[in-house]
Amino acid sequence: MARAKQKTAPKKQSGSTKKEKVILLVATRKGAWIFHGDSARTRWRADGPHFLGHIVSHVVLDPRDGKTLLAAAKTGHLGPTVFRSTDLGRTWKEAARPPAFPKAKEGEKGRVVDHTFWLTPGHASEPATWYAGTSPQGLFRSVDGGVTWDSVSGFNDEPEHVKRMGGQQDGTPDGPKLHSVIVDPRDRNHLYLGMSSGGFHESRDRGATWTPLSQGMEVVGGFDPANLTFHDPHSVQICPSNPDRLYQQNHCGIYRLDRPGKTWTRVGKAMPKKVGDVGFPVVVHPRDADVAWVFPMDGTDVWPRTSPGGSPAAYVTRNGGKTWQRQDGGMPKSEAWWTVKRQAMAADACPKVGLYLGTTSGEVWASRNEGKAWAPIARHLPEIYAVETASIG
Amino acid sequence: MKVHIPSPLVSYTQAREVDARGATLSEVLVDLDRQFPGFRFRVIDEQDNMRPHVRFFVNGEQVFDLARALAPSDEIQLVQALSGG
Repeated sequence: MARAKQKTAPKKQSGSTKKEKVILLVATRKGAWIFHGDSARTRWRADGPHFLGHIVSHVVLDPRDGKTLLAAAKTGHLGPTVFRSTDLGRTWKEAARPPAFPKAKEGEKGRVVDHTFWLTPGHASEPATWYAGTSPQGLFRSVDGGVTWDSVSGFNDEPEHVKRMGGQQDGTPDGPKLHSVIVDPRDRNHLYLGMSSGGFHESRDRGATWTPLSQGMEVVGGFDPANLTFHDPHSVQICPSNPDRLYQQNHCGIYRLDRPGKTWTRVGKAMPKKVGDVGFPVVVHPRDADVAWVFPMDGTDVWPRTSPGGSPAAYVTRNGGKTWQRQDGGMPKSEAWWTVKRQAMAADACPKVGLYLGTTSGEVWASRNEGKAWAPIARHLPEIYAVETASIG
Repeated sequence: MKVHIPSPLVSYTQAREVDARGATLSEVLVDLDRQFPGFRFRVIDEQDNMRPHVRFFVNGEQVFDLARALAPSDEIQLVQALSGG
């Protein structure tokens, strides 16, 4: 089993009286880094690179034990795998059976996982369960902490889903994705997931059966919104303080859904017209379901997907999407053509919420005051795919 | 038989040259996976296809068929063929 080398080891955190600190888990096209913040979140210590040269799509800390990390990785040469650490990244071990589609029957064409794109820890009542979304679109589950993974047949083998998944032609530039796997904190059987493309879906029976939940979502002009193939949710987040509320950043706008309702409302229409409501990530407040952030991208003409006008900014809503305010304090005012991907923006759970984002040009920016002022905390990293936060004691 | 290992797979074998057994290339890969768990899936996908940037050579000749018969005196070389940055 492959073991990755590591340059530096994070110091052990011990003692129950110690104040919790924030760490950032940064996944890039050439490896992963863990940034350890001090208690004020003003100084950050870089731990890495982990897996230098590996294409790392996502690194996630298990909030249920506070020490287990999973990293979704592949290299340009080698097939996809998942690495696992139970000591906060000091040592890593490869999954014994990474996510892979079942072998096709003789004469049938089987699907092949290109890379694992998304990792989600399972419900608090199932401490060893994890979910993974792959490219091309596939859903996988581990019930042993990420050591072995099984195909979720109720999704992956359902002919209607497979039909919607299309192929490379309708996927994103890095391949079609299954992402935003969400476990309802109140009910371990209640799952959501998104597909780029393929729409947004819900399961009430732990993945055995799925129902489309894409009503109200718009598609690119000229196509039929009734056909789920054309739907492209970029990222979806559930509000921890009110799990009946979800926010979505879609290829075609920003949306909010309040359950048990089934129709998404395009709250992005309240965004300034010259900025628009195209983008990749959406981030929710840990304690206030009326608060969410987005990071708009230019969706005009040939869809540059860079900061509109070369002026990067986050936008926040504090009333569920009725109005949005620009937040660009500390960011370059012009000539900054940032792209921030769907997993590359995150919030911490501190009393004054911290926000973090990573750019495809390898910069990590942070705000300690809910987006009012931003400052860079890392530069010259490889292309950033994902930024996640976690608290460690 | 002797198997030459490219650098991206040395994290599994800890050596650039290892011994493996098998009457076919497929059997050799099963033996390599037995010795070095996880090895096979990095070079062969779940549908038993060689991965796009992996090449197999037997006695200097490129092989595309996992069923290719092998003799104990054969030498196998795995090559990682990748372009781009």
